[in-house]
Amino acid sequence: MISQLRSMWLVFRHLFTPRVTVEYPDEKPYLAPRYRGRIVLTRDPGGEERCVACNLCAVACPPDCISLQKAEDENGRWYPGYFRINFSRCIMCGLCEEACPTYAIQLTPDFEMCEYDRQNMVYEKEDLLINGPGKYHHYSFYHVAGKAVGGKDKGAAENEERPVDIRGLNL
Amino acid sequence: MSAPLLAQLTTIFGILTVVVLLAALLTWVERRLLGLWQDRPGPNRVGPFGLLQVVADMIKLFFKEDFVPHFADRPVFILAPTLVMATMLLGFAVVPFAPGIGIVDLNVGLLFVLAMSSLAVYSVVLGAYASNNKYALLGGLRAAAQTVSYEVFMGLSLMGVVMLAGSFNLREIVTAQEGGWFVLPQFLGFVIFFIAGIAESHRLPFDLPEAEHELTAGFHTEYSSMKFGMFFVGEYLSVILISALITTLFLGGWLGPWLPPLLWFCIKTALLVCVFVLLRAALPRPRYDQLMQFGWKVMLPLALANLLVTGGVLLWLQ
Repeated sequence: MISQLRSMWLVFRHLFTPRVTVEYPDEKPYLAPRYRGRIVLTRDPGGEERCVACNLCAVACPPDCISLQKAEDENGRWYPGYFRINFSRCIMCGLCEEACPTYAIQLTPDFEMCEYDRQNMVYEKEDLLINGPGKYHHYSFYHVAGKAVGGKDKGAAENEERPVDIRGLNL
Repeated sequence: MSAPLLAQLTTIFGILTVVVLLAALLTWVERRLLGLWQDRPGPNRVGPFGLLQVVADMIKLFFKEDFVPHFADRPVFILAPTLVMATMLLGFAVVPFAPGIGIVDLNVGLLFVLAMSSLAVYSVVLGAYASNNKYALLGGLRAAAQTVSYEVFMGLSLMGVVMLAGSFNLREIVTAQEGGWFVLPQFLGFVIFFIAGIAESHRLPFDLPEAEHELTAGFHTEYSSMKFGMFFVGEYLSVILISALITTLFLGGWLGPWLPPLLWFCIKTALLVCVFVLLRAALPRPRYDQLMQFGWKVMLPLALANLLVTGGVLLWLQ
């Protein structure tokens, strides 16, 4: 009986505590930068697309809502020919972001993406691509990877040794 | 003849309307208070302070499909929700709101109210039976057992008050409290009646007939639209009725200094209604066997002891 009265008193005291909720459409709550909302495709600091069309995000995606096709430009860089996310199926789990080896695909703190027409929930590459690097400002995959592309030869990446000449004498 | 009849009709319809409107308003009050106690604002967007939420809910309920399942016992299914509202409203007939305000002045007023509030269980049991649904039936069974066991000491707990006042007439019980409210000499009776009242109106923590976590919605699982709304309003009516009864029997009814009698009555009843909501906000639901054990093994002996001691003391004083 005492514990019941005590819990009633404790609940009653909450009449005078500040509210923890905000009135949403009028006042928007603070969302952390790593909130998992709308998915974007980012660019590296040089302004090039980060995505290398490796398909790992599509493999990781539990509801299979990501679809893309590899293409290759004249410099030998891979990029997605098309990149499509069906947000009517997306569950905002963030596994694509974790799977991405190049920080290309990222989730943003935006969740207000309602549509009256289901087809409008399908985002194409031009809807997904943004003009900035997202959460990772200085990362550029081709500058740290060993792959040779136009303008960057093997061994020219950051912290990368020159390739060993296996026919040389000083092994 | 016609003028007093007209006055009486006005009183009857006035009290009916006010009580039903208050019951409807209570849906908003309850959600608002629950919200505040859970550190959120509650419904506050429709109209000033969200007051028009009641209207919005009513429009919603009226326009919903009034569905009667094909496997239901149709006449009983339709009758059941009207019973709870009718009996609860009848119970208000004998409540003395203030001197001169009230519908009838029965000399067995207390028994009448008890009879009406126990008749309300037919609504739950019949609704549950007519729904032809397992969950509803379980809810109905629980309601029957709960009401039968809590009814016993609900009446017994009031006998102390009756002995002190020497009358079953609610108006005379109030006037007998001019020397002091019965909540002090009959504190045990007050607590027992309050607990029995919660069980009687199927409110949390004794809402086992509904128990939405175990029985989906208990006895009104199959009900929709305004039939469901009537169960809902009936529940709130019984909350108001029990609060009004506690006010009348233990808290001196309309008695109080400075303010007009009707206001005193309303203030006391409103505070008790808030306690009902607080109980819902604070306490978890007991298990079914715990509820029955508590009723038969704790509350019934306590009510009997209270009766015995009150009778003994009154005899000794004479």
